[in-house]
Amino acid sequence: MKTEILHNFTSRSRAATADEAQRGKFRSAMDFLIAKRAAQFPDPTEWAELRESGQQIRQRALAYLPKLLVQFEQKAQQNGMTVHWAETPLEANQIIHGILQRQQVRTLIKGKSMVSEEIELNQYLQAHSIQALESDMGEFIVQMADEKPSHIIMPAIHKSKQEIAALFAAEIDDTPYTEDVDELIQIGRQALRQQFFNADAGLSGVNFAIAETGTLCLVENEGNGRLSTSCPRVHIAITGIEKMLENLADLPTLLTLLTRSATGQPITTYVNLISGPRRADEQDGPEEVHIVLLDNGRSQAYADVQLRQTLQCIRCGACMNHCPVYTRIGGHAYGTTYPGPIGSIISPHLLGLAETRDLPSASTLCGACGDVCPVKIPIPELLLRLRVENVTRAGTKDHPAVMRGQGAKYRLSEKLAWQAWSLLNTTPALSLASRRSAAGLRHLIPSVKAWTQARVMPKIAPQSLHELIKAHQEQKS
Amino acid sequence: MHSNSSISLFGTCVVDLFFPQAGMSALKILEREGIQVNYPQAQSCCGQPAYTSGYSDEARRVALAQIAAFPGEDPIVVLSGSCAGMMKHHYPTLFHGMPEEEIVRQFSKRIIEFTAYLLEVLNIELHDLGPAESVALHTSCTARREMGTLQNGRELLRRLDKIDLKTHDHESECCGFGGTFSVRHPDISAAMVQDKTAALRQCGASKVISADCGCLLNITGALQKQQAHPENKTAFAGLHIAELIWQRTGGKSQ
Amino acid sequence: MSARAHILAKLTASHDQPGWPDPVALKTNPPRTINAADQLAQLKTMMAAAHTEIHEVSSENWPEKVAELTQAKNLNNLLIAPKTALGKQLQAQWPVDGVTLKYDLHHSGGKEELFFSVDAALTSCRSAIAESGSLVLWPSPAEPRLMSLVPPVHFVLLDAHNIYPSLAEVMQAENWAAAMPSNALLISGPSKTADIQQTLAYGAHGPKELVLLIMV
Repeated sequence: MKTEILHNFTSRSRAATADEAQRGKFRSAMDFLIAKRAAQFPDPTEWAELRESGQQIRQRALAYLPKLLVQFEQKAQQNGMTVHWAETPLEANQIIHGILQRQQVRTLIKGKSMVSEEIELNQYLQAHSIQALESDMGEFIVQMADEKPSHIIMPAIHKSKQEIAALFAAEIDDTPYTEDVDELIQIGRQALRQQFFNADAGLSGVNFAIAETGTLCLVENEGNGRLSTSCPRVHIAITGIEKMLENLADLPTLLTLLTRSATGQPITTYVNLISGPRRADEQDGPEEVHIVLLDNGRSQAYADVQLRQTLQCIRCGACMNHCPVYTRIGGHAYGTTYPGPIGSIISPHLLGLAETRDLPSASTLCGACGDVCPVKIPIPELLLRLRVENVTRAGTKDHPAVMRGQGAKYRLSEKLAWQAWSLLNTTPALSLASRRSAAGLRHLIPSVKAWTQARVMPKIAPQSLHELIKAHQEQKS
Repeated sequence: MHSNSSISLFGTCVVDLFFPQAGMSALKILEREGIQVNYPQAQSCCGQPAYTSGYSDEARRVALAQIAAFPGEDPIVVLSGSCAGMMKHHYPTLFHGMPEEEIVRQFSKRIIEFTAYLLEVLNIELHDLGPAESVALHTSCTARREMGTLQNGRELLRRLDKIDLKTHDHESECCGFGGTFSVRHPDISAAMVQDKTAALRQCGASKVISADCGCLLNITGALQKQQAHPENKTAFAGLHIAELIWQRTGGKSQ
Repeated sequence: MSARAHILAKLTASHDQPGWPDPVALKTNPPRTINAADQLAQLKTMMAAAHTEIHEVSSENWPEKVAELTQAKNLNNLLIAPKTALGKQLQAQWPVDGVTLKYDLHHSGGKEELFFSVDAALTSCRSAIAESGSLVLWPSPAEPRLMSLVPPVHFVLLDAHNIYPSLAEVMQAENWAAAMPSNALLISGPSKTADIQQTLAYGAHGPKELVLLIMV
């Protein structure tokens, strides 16, 4: 599975850019999301102030992260929740499986959780004879199609309504073909009703975890999050360790940044604040609430001052919505749970830089992502940093080891080529000579084949600017 | 007239090799305004290709060579937004915490992008001799985001009063060059430049103007390749803004 | 070493490195006093934009309004919380032709009925937030969670005196941090999704209709 990620990015992105229909779908979907977000931030001053606050809240919480995790654990336990810690996806899966086994759960109903995708929970549970059913409409659709989500907020963004209509008609009993979106949603609602009713356990993600009160905050529009966490007798929540917020008072700023950036809404239909299982006198709500805190490489990003900024992310998806690369290749081409710009900076920590070595360079550094990040993650700067780590082996003089897979793209031949290039560009006599030969061209455009895929080879001018200006100045004097 | 002023000109490697006429146009515009233009022959490349590929040591070596080539304190006018951004914003980052940091900072302070110099320092008057023409403007991502020069291109074109500026679809989107990105990820780059050129062809202009030759290399290269297709009969040209200005304002030195 | 110990050790070790920025003290804004009429207007605008049906009522006539609406919507039944003040006030309006009142579905094993036969439910709400157009509900033993979630139509009664300008202000004014309930929630409209080709559709899993009765 892991080597597949690496070797497939080039061929996947090639296939994706050749798929005209998919390109059209992503273009219109991204245009829609871009416009919705823009309408929510009409005032540049308000935007600047809000994101400055957002950045400060996230950086402050990260600065105190170990303390907050302990505080959260204490509070959550006081509230009656059980807190679990997992370093790896396998550990997280084992913990969740253990809870379900103890409760003799056969079917787990899921609200939306990207972290559960990250650990490949559904596959693990299936291998252990437990069915994990997706209830978020987008996730429900991709699960039915046996695919992975292609966007962190809108999982089925790559599917047209015709494809969904055909899917429902084929996979759901007694369902006629209809392209009417209202009807399709009602079909989904009906199909999942019984599942919510029957489910013994529900799993959710977490948008924010609040240390001060031991509270989990979940946002959603559909209601499946509330249903998954209120109907079954067991609720399991899973989150990355970086989602900790210090205080309840930190929530409003991040909430408004999240919903406006992600779907262009002032607020989602539902904002759930869960602080424990049902109290003794309550008539519904889960009897047990578990929270799994997952590391999976986040502590690696945490250890480096610059890279730690990656963990500020509130998973809004605005970066990928504005990314010209994501718009052309879609989410699946990245081969990672989190695609787009955030995917390219977080996946190296979760999966290793060796497995994701093509991602840091899959960007023109245009900066559209950094412009819209609600918590001011300097994404292009982090991509550049990862490019340095990609070609610098751990143990290189004056260069510390910071991440697994460092130096994965190191090639002696490439290093020597750049050294030659730097020699050329620091020695005027050599530069002059190379300008007169194709050597200069080769340094600027190292792969003729790649360049000429879409362009003609540029012609070197008969006289360089150096020569023309020299002649011009001699003429004047 | 600013006959007491002198500047140093950084041509950029792309202009040097492929678009020297853009450099000459810029030079002549400046000289016509009475500016004395120095062009240190030892200059080569700002170092961006190595920098964006992760080769910081090599980028630093080249950066120091450029700094050494430009002694003095005069402004350094740069013919491309992305190279200007490299030298103004990324050089200090490259040398952060190193002994050369202060020298580098002093150098970076002198950097000014060409269109910014024409407008902010010279407040240049342009007498447009025509003919009337529709053009599109492509602003490089760096110019847009790091140098804040989107408005400069528009303002200069506005001062050429027989130019009609057309907007093109998804105008703020990257053209797909990204330096080595164009050859490392050729399929994605090709898709981006295809969309950019399609938008340009459809906007009602007959040429695209840019203040960044890296983008021009990419866009004009694609436009020319597409001319092989029967549906692209009319040639769609690309031109550096300096050349456009020089051509339309008489194209003659005093 | 446990995962917990290992994770905390890794995170804590990172703090020994030089160059960590000092955490910034965050500023809090003082609570504002906003004209009640403006707040009410903002709440209504925001909620209507999210497809909430809104009616202004009085503290005396709202049961009549509920009766009228349930009949107009052809609802067979209405789930209420009979032990609450509002539940009692509503019961006095009944019987209403064609609409049966239902209660106690939680503890009489009525989950199946709740899921598959109940058309609507009526709950109170604690307060509302004008800026985002949201209702604040803290489900309780008397008004359990599923009432405001499972039936396709949700009627909510709001006292207009309990409208706050923003979430930050209601949290501050009511000191939520001191004692959070097991479940607190904000509801800002009926359930919806745009997961199919970015086309908006209502009634995904939660109520398809949210009917807000504001006692002015």
